[in-house]
Amino acid sequence: MKVLVGVKRVVDYNVKVRVKADRTGVETANVKMSMNPFDEIAVEEAIRMKEAGKADEIVAVSMGVRQCQETIRTALAMGADRGIHVTTDEELQPLAVAKLFKALVERESPGLVILGKQAIDDDSNQTGQMLAALLGWPQGTFASEIVLGGDGAEVTREVDGGLETVGLSIPAVVTTDLRLNEPRYASLPNIMKAKKKPIDQIAVDELGVDVTPRLETLKVEDPPERAGGRKVASVEELVDKLRNEAGVI
Amino acid sequence: MAALVIADHDGAALDPATLNAVTAAAALGGDIDVLVAGGGTEEVAEAAAKIAGVTRVRHADDAACDHLLAEAVAPLVVELAAGYSEVLFPANTTGKNLAPRVAALLDVAQISDITEVVAADTFVRPIYAGNAMATVRSRDAIKVITVRGTAFPAAAQDGNAPIEPVAAAEDQTLSRFVRQELSKSERPELTSARVVVSGGRGMQSSDNFHLVEQIADRLGAAVGASRAAVDAGYRPNDFQVGQTGKVVAPELYIAVGISGAIQHLAGMKDSKVIVAINKDEEAPMVQIADYGLVDDLFKALPALAEALDKAGVKPR
Repeated sequence: MKVLVGVKRVVDYNVKVRVKADRTGVETANVKMSMNPFDEIAVEEAIRMKEAGKADEIVAVSMGVRQCQETIRTALAMGADRGIHVTTDEELQPLAVAKLFKALVERESPGLVILGKQAIDDDSNQTGQMLAALLGWPQGTFASEIVLGGDGAEVTREVDGGLETVGLSIPAVVTTDLRLNEPRYASLPNIMKAKKKPIDQIAVDELGVDVTPRLETLKVEDPPERAGGRKVASVEELVDKLRNEAGVI
Repeated sequence: MAALVIADHDGAALDPATLNAVTAAAALGGDIDVLVAGGGTEEVAEAAAKIAGVTRVRHADDAACDHLLAEAVAPLVVELAAGYSEVLFPANTTGKNLAPRVAALLDVAQISDITEVVAADTFVRPIYAGNAMATVRSRDAIKVITVRGTAFPAAAQDGNAPIEPVAAAEDQTLSRFVRQELSKSERPELTSARVVVSGGRGMQSSDNFHLVEQIADRLGAAVGASRAAVDAGYRPNDFQVGQTGKVVAPELYIAVGISGAIQHLAGMKDSKVIVAINKDEEAPMVQIADYGLVDDLFKALPALAEALDKAGVKPR
C-alpha cells in the first residue's frame, strides 16, 4: 500500500509571531520555518507502517514556494521514499489544497492519506476532512491510534469527551493528533541519503485546479493585551484578592 | 437570509456548545434553524426547540446519523444547505470533524473558529495560536462557519420553536462507530466551567493531581491540564487546554506548575482572571497572570486549600 503524507512549511512553533505594521499578515521574513508539527507525526506514522510491513511506499507532498522542498527533504530524511512539490507562489487556502491533493491522489492511487489535523499557522483544521469529502472517502480525524486490518482501518480519535474509535473502509484520509506517536529525528546518514531521493515538481496549473482564494483577509491585528504580572506574597493574600478585589470566589 | 446551526449532542442531551453557536447565528440577523440528527433524539430536538431565537428545529430522527459520523451527516447537511446563507457548527471536535466535509461538498471555504461576526460575510478568527486576529471576508454564497464557544455567550433556553421532521440520510458504508471511552467526572465540563484549575509538567506525577483536585473541589471548578501533563500521562487527552486542545475562558483560571508555552496560552488567555502558581518567577504564565504566586506548588496547594477553608470559600 502506498501512503501519501502532507508536509506544510510553517513558522516554527517556538517563534513568537509578530503582526506586520501594515496589518496584512504576520512577519515571516527572517523567521525560522519548520515542518508543521502535526505533519511530522503524519510522516512518522507512515514510516512505522512501512517498518511494520503495512506500507510499501511513502510519498511526502508539500505545496507552495521553492523552500517547501526543504520541508520535503526533512520528510525524506525521516524515512519517506520520494517527494512531490506542487509549486506556486500564490496563497493556497485549505479548499484549494484539498483539491490539489485530490488531483495527486488520482495520479498516485494511495491506500491512505495521512495529514496533520491542523497547521499551526492558520489553525484551520480543514484540509483532511475536505479531501475525504472530495474523494468520497471516509475520514479518521484527530487520530491517536491507527490499526490497519485486512480491508479497513480502526482509528481512535481524540474527542472532547475522551476517545472514540471508528472503523473506516480503505482508502481513507486520516488526520493526526498529538498522541499518535513521537516523531523521530533524522540521523546524519539519513539526511545525506535524503539528498539523493527524488522530488517531482508539478506546477499548480498542470493539476487543473482553480486555487483562487475564497476568503479575503481584510486585516490582521494583535490580540488584546493582558496587563498581568502582579505578584502576591502568600496564599492568604491570593484568597483575599480573589475574593475582595477580583470578586471571583 | 437564514442560518442553519448543526446541533451537537451525545444521543441523549444537547451539547451546550450549540447554545453559543446559536448566539453567533443570531448576530447574522436572519432566521435560525437548528438541525438535530441521530436516531432516538426526541429529547435533544426538544431541548433545541427551547433555545431562544430559534425559528424551527429540523429533526432527522435517523440511526444512520448516530454518533454524528461525518460520512453520514455531511450529505444530509449539504442537502438542506441550499436553503441557507450560513451553516454554523460549534468549534468542538464534532463540528471540526463535520464542517469541512460539508464545506468541500458545497465547494465553499470554511471560516474556522470565529470569535466575532463583523458583517454577514465578514468574521474575526484567531490565527497563529491566537497571537494574531484575522478579519476575513467570504466570497462564497453559503458560509460554512465553526464558532468558538468562549467568544459568544450561551443563548437562553426559554424559546418554543416548532420541530419538523426531515427526510432520512442515506445509509453509508464508509465508516462505522466502534466504541468510545468517555472520561467520567463529577466536576463541571471544562469548556463551560466558571472556574478551571489546571496542572502542568510541574505536577510531576498523575498522583499529585489530587492536589489540583482538592482546590477544584473547593471552588466547584473543572480540572484541566497542559499538553506536557497530558503527554506525560498525568491526565487523559480530553483535559488538554491549548491551541489544539480545548479553548476555555472561565471567570477564574488557576494555572499550577504550567510554564505557559504560547500553545497553552492560546487556550486560556481570554479567561477573566488568571492565577499562576509556579516556582519560576520568569515563567510566561507568571508574567501574564493577574495574580502570580511564586512558590513551590507542593507547599502552596495544601496551604491554599487550607486558606480557602479558613476563609469559608464555597463553590458558587
